[in-house]
Amino acid sequence: MYTQALDVHGTEPVAAAAGEAARLAERFQARIDAEERIEPKDWMPDAYRQTLIRQISQHAHSEIVGMLPEGNWITRAPSLKRKAVLIAKVQDEGGHGMYLYSAAETLGVERGELVAQLLAGTAKYSSIFNYPTLTWADIGAIGWLVDGAAIMNQIPLCRCSYGPYARAMVRICKEESFHQRQGFEIMLTLAQGTAAQRDMAQDALDRWWWPAIMMFGPSDVESKHTAQSMRWKIKRFSNDELRQKFIDITVPQALYLGLTIPDHELRWDEAGQHYRGGAIDWNEFNAVLKGNGPCNRERLAARREAHADGAWVRAAAAAYADKERRRSAPTGEAS
Amino acid sequence: MTDDWPLFEVFIRSRSGLEHKHVGSVHAADARMAIEHARDVYTRRAEGVSLWVVRSTDITASDPGEAEALFEPARDKVYRHPTFYSIPDEVKNL
Repeated sequence: MYTQALDVHGTEPVAAAAGEAARLAERFQARIDAEERIEPKDWMPDAYRQTLIRQISQHAHSEIVGMLPEGNWITRAPSLKRKAVLIAKVQDEGGHGMYLYSAAETLGVERGELVAQLLAGTAKYSSIFNYPTLTWADIGAIGWLVDGAAIMNQIPLCRCSYGPYARAMVRICKEESFHQRQGFEIMLTLAQGTAAQRDMAQDALDRWWWPAIMMFGPSDVESKHTAQSMRWKIKRFSNDELRQKFIDITVPQALYLGLTIPDHELRWDEAGQHYRGGAIDWNEFNAVLKGNGPCNRERLAARREAHADGAWVRAAAAAYADKERRRSAPTGEAS
Repeated sequence: MTDDWPLFEVFIRSRSGLEHKHVGSVHAADARMAIEHARDVYTRRAEGVSLWVVRSTDITASDPGEAEALFEPARDKVYRHPTFYSIPDEVKNL
């Protein structure tokens, strides 16, 4: 919690006059405009705090749930090397979740509360993890496209106005690059392999392309949080800007692989110097977000089961720590 | 209140000769487990040669509201810096 537990929100004006609150808010925005970083104990508007708690915890949940589709292939990875790499990648995703929960806790929320929200199904996580991993090529497509889209989203977050979130993102971005490259290498190996392997790679691209494009979230006209988040410098680019950047860098990579992007309307816009894609099926996106994607129920059930199965371990460790503490306490002070 | 294990702040010495630096936090039942968790969470790529963990509740921090009173007085004491003093160019080794 970066020590802010001492006086959580202690600097908030308790019954301050409206003028005082306005002055604090003005000074806060001035610090943001001057590119200063906000740290846990600094005064911040409650809406800024709540926005960050929501965003960082959703991000943490995404990392944790994101371990499931890939974990599905650890036992079936085609070689010892691929298995070692996949284990390392899945472990990284768990680590990213931990960095992010840690950052969220600096805002005065408890990790247990956030985990409870995920398990109760009241917290959101990235829609992408509600799609199934049907073949080994899906592990390549996830690294290449899903981690690629995540990097595009996350690099600007390294400059987010909230210090602990920005620092967590720096750490995460360094590790994501390995994820993306190992994914592309899997796709390249398959694309240069037998006809069956090429088909498998194409099939994975066919299924993951649109969900990856949707990872950037609703279009700018629909996105309700964008304007305020940009004023607070939590967000630096709009959803559509990042989506366009991703399409522009990914299409040439697909061409190199000799694979076809499943978008018949995709074309090069010479005047604008961009690849222009076809319309996105937002009904699918909304259905997955609402809990009706192919794997929503399965993912949550797996998380609940893991949490319940671990309960006795957590309780035993806490009891052991308690016993050790009492043993080492001077006589008479044991409690 | 949830039944979370206590929170520990994690500090890493990236290589010998450098100081420990704060990197984040972990939950753990006790200090030994906190070291093990910190190792798994924060040093998967040889980020360190030594770890410190300390219970978050054991850290006392300065209040940002007092930052001015604490740190502003140092700003106008420029004479504490070597560049405050003008020395002729021909004088060497100063």
